[in-house]
Amino acid sequence: MAQIVGAIATSHIPAIGKAIAENKQNDPYWKPFFDGYGPALSWLKQAKPDVVVMIYNDHGLNFFLDKMPTFAVGAAAQYRSEDEGWGLPVLNSFPGDAALSWHLIEHLVADEFDITSCQDMAVDHGFAVPMNLLFPNAGGQWPVKTIPVSINTVQHPLPTPLRCWKLGRAIGRAIESYPKDLRVVVFGTGGLSHQLDGTRAGFINKKFDLYCLDTIVRDPEALTKLSVMDLVREAGAQGVEFLNWITMRGALLGQVSKIHSNYHIPISNTAGATLVLENRTEAQSQAA
Amino acid sequence: MQHHDIPGTIVYDGAEAQKGYALNAMCYSFNSAANRDEFKRDEDAYCTKYGLNDEQRAAIRERNVLKLLAAGGNVYYLAKFAGILNLNVQDLGAQQTGMSVEAFKEKLAAAGR
Repeated sequence: MAQIVGAIATSHIPAIGKAIAENKQNDPYWKPFFDGYGPALSWLKQAKPDVVVMIYNDHGLNFFLDKMPTFAVGAAAQYRSEDEGWGLPVLNSFPGDAALSWHLIEHLVADEFDITSCQDMAVDHGFAVPMNLLFPNAGGQWPVKTIPVSINTVQHPLPTPLRCWKLGRAIGRAIESYPKDLRVVVFGTGGLSHQLDGTRAGFINKKFDLYCLDTIVRDPEALTKLSVMDLVREAGAQGVEFLNWITMRGALLGQVSKIHSNYHIPISNTAGATLVLENRTEAQSQAA
Repeated sequence: MQHHDIPGTIVYDGAEAQKGYALNAMCYSFNSAANRDEFKRDEDAYCTKYGLNDEQRAAIRERNVLKLLAAGGNVYYLAKFAGILNLNVQDLGAQQTGMSVEAFKEKLAAAGR
């Protein structure tokens, strides 16, 4: 059976992609951020995932306001990286696993999540930057198959934190009912606090971020009591991307322990963060 | 809709999305290099092609972020217009808050202390 072995949450700020392209990992500005990825890379190496389920938000590459799905799931053999209009390098396409995608889609709809399925999908920095960060030596030959799960964080009304948590639970159940022996890691991308628009642009809330980083590990259901407006107020207009993290956490159905976290202000206009979680089944926990 | 609870913050909802549709459609087209070039060759003609209203055209002409937002622009699509102008999100933040870019960067760094 497929097994979700853990999850990684990470910021997906476009400037990170540029810094990688320009080899700035050791610049004084970037070092405190990139240093936070060493333990994540070590964990990922021993986790040996076959598949990454990528929970992210599109920022106007694949989806426009003409059709804006609340939840969309990729069902393609590959996903294109494309020009986003401001100079981020275009990467090699990301391989998909269409069979697992359709299994996920079948189960989510049966579980009353009326998602949009996408057989043709370009993925933007919300997807590509985490891949670039966490598979730095891939040289464009990505070592995992991917399944994009895109959540609308662009146009209100957005799904509530509770709804995203439940979506995550349903993703977890669906993946773990897949008969193939696959090791799956869930990525949740974006955040933490930031606001790009309005006269409150530049808003960052360290206190709230640290609360989220802690609570998502030990008491994630407490986060489902937040409203979307709570997130806008406390995390900033674009800090609502934390919905992706909540969904990711929801997908971990076993005993969850924190392997690593890092938090650094600022990266671009944003509080940069990383969190690595291990997910063990009941049986694994007892054997350990 | 300017959310009354949260000063200086736009809750980009259906009303905004209706108002800004043409402006955002134009900015969405800037994902393509050919479209960016076409805009640069004749900005006015390109605005006409996408049916921008006078408020939106003026905001584009003035490169004024708060006016672009007031005209229904969504920051993620506007970012593609900013890309044409070689402006990053600190430049946009500085303009919206009336700060110098250096002061805006210092404000960001100060949030970490």
